[in-house]
Amino acid sequence: MTADQLMPLLWEAFLETSWMVVVALAVGGVLGLVIGMGLYLTRPGNLLANRPVFAVINVLVNVVRPVPFIIFLVALGPVTRAVVGKTIGIEAFTFAMCIMSAFVFARLVEQNLVSIDPGVVEAARAMGASPLRIVRTVLIPEALSPLILGTTFLFVVVLDMSAIGGYLGAGGLGDFAIVYGYRQYDWAVTGIVVGIIIVIVQLIQWLGNTLAKRALRR
Amino acid sequence: MPTAAGETIIGFRDAAKVFPGRGKGGEVRAVDGVTLDVRAGEIFGVIGYSGAGKSTLVRLVNALERTTGGSVVVDGTDLTGLSEARLRPVRAGIGMIFQQFNLLSSRTVAGNVSYPLEVAGWSKDQRRERVRELLDFVGIADKADVYPSKLSGGQKQRVGIARALATTPRILLADEATSALDPETTQDVLALLQRVNRELGITVVVVTHEMDVVRSICDRVAVMEHGRVVELGDAYQVFSAPRQDVTRRFVSTALKDRPSPAVIERLRARHTGRIVTVGVDDVSGSSAQVTHVLRRHGVDGTIVYGGITEVAERPYGSLTLELVGDGTSVEEALAGLRAVTDVVDHGTASAPRDAGDAEERSAS
Repeated sequence: MTADQLMPLLWEAFLETSWMVVVALAVGGVLGLVIGMGLYLTRPGNLLANRPVFAVINVLVNVVRPVPFIIFLVALGPVTRAVVGKTIGIEAFTFAMCIMSAFVFARLVEQNLVSIDPGVVEAARAMGASPLRIVRTVLIPEALSPLILGTTFLFVVVLDMSAIGGYLGAGGLGDFAIVYGYRQYDWAVTGIVVGIIIVIVQLIQWLGNTLAKRALRR
Repeated sequence: MPTAAGETIIGFRDAAKVFPGRGKGGEVRAVDGVTLDVRAGEIFGVIGYSGAGKSTLVRLVNALERTTGGSVVVDGTDLTGLSEARLRPVRAGIGMIFQQFNLLSSRTVAGNVSYPLEVAGWSKDQRRERVRELLDFVGIADKADVYPSKLSGGQKQRVGIARALATTPRILLADEATSALDPETTQDVLALLQRVNRELGITVVVVTHEMDVVRSICDRVAVMEHGRVVELGDAYQVFSAPRQDVTRRFVSTALKDRPSPAVIERLRARHTGRIVTVGVDDVSGSSAQVTHVLRRHGVDGTIVYGGITEVAERPYGSLTLELVGDGTSVEEALAGLRAVTDVVDHGTASAPRDAGDAEERSAS
């Protein structure tokens, strides 16, 4: 195929990847923050200590996280059908990305929160702050810098997941590289896609580092 | 109805805190049946070694830890069995400062001091006004827009104090507030706490393992060991006449005025006269009395060891003297000294006396 034929297809693949990544990052990020915060708060000895709830969330995160994404996609099939209405296509694929990224992010969030000095939380309690206020005004601001870096990391994870979108007919840059590069023995096409991905990752990493540094207040 | 000065503002009645054991560790009785009253307007010290339960005790006052037995009454409110939601306003009315300051690193100095005011629902203008007032009071108005990481330990604790005073509490709890500070900064912060007490009339409860802290600012003191209060009373009384070993150990850390057996040995070798240690304090005698007795009996007294300091703003210490004179007048002078103060006779190099009392009091 000529470059004139490929360019519109590459642009379409880029838009598909962007859509998948943005949705999965947003939904997975928010869900992951909630689950991770839940893990932290319900941990024995913490603000809303609740052993059964902690145990359930903890096991769930531990079970989901290590499953390879390509297997998770298949295993999640029935749930995807129930929620999205079908098991193939970009919506179905992105749904699976959202769930997986939520669990990946949950553990990251929890680890970032654990590193906050418990004394600061105690001080807020001593001033009469409610748990919800402490989450909003102490935990998130105090952990903001590592949370931004965590989000940057999640971006790369999500971008990585999107590469196998072709398996469920979701398209994207990964699918483009396989169909028009690898299968056509066209190394130039594969190389260009890899180059685009490297540039995107570098840009996001730079943005994340800059924001995290600004949030550090040191 | 606010508690009047001198009346009980914090009352512990057989208060206990038992932490359930982890694994096979067994339960920990951090606070084990404490009954004591803190009076409105005083600076009350709780002293003990780490693990004595003093930090847990002070956390019962603002219910950061809940009692597992007995009761704690604060300013007329019994905290026993109150829900978390009901406890929040109680906590907001009690200031607390910490060893590690516990400032929010994501907020400026002004932002930190403003925090309790936000919790209390003050408007932005009121907050700005109050924050400026508080930073002025603690003497760091120029640091308002600085982040805590740029401050020294002493400055951080000043922010902590300003934050704790923001909502004009009636009680300030200080949990090892000076333990992370150098000696000079410690004195500054203690002076500030004293101002808080005297100028604002706030009752201060100071938890510490440093005898110096109690010595400089506390009116009354409780000595804690193994979760129990083993000695309680006027700071001067407790430390000038300690009844418990733990109290004696604290006294000896603040003032190394009593010679150890090795020091006595050297003193006797160096000085030919009779070596005696006399107590100098408000209760048993002043150094003027000592000088007077010696002069009356024609005995020379040379100071060879000792020290006098202040406990609760009153003199306290001891002097070790070499007494030189003829045999009988030295004996008579000793009898005269015993009449005005406590005396430990170490004898001379040729006739040494090892007073058990001296070793006991200098043991550390």
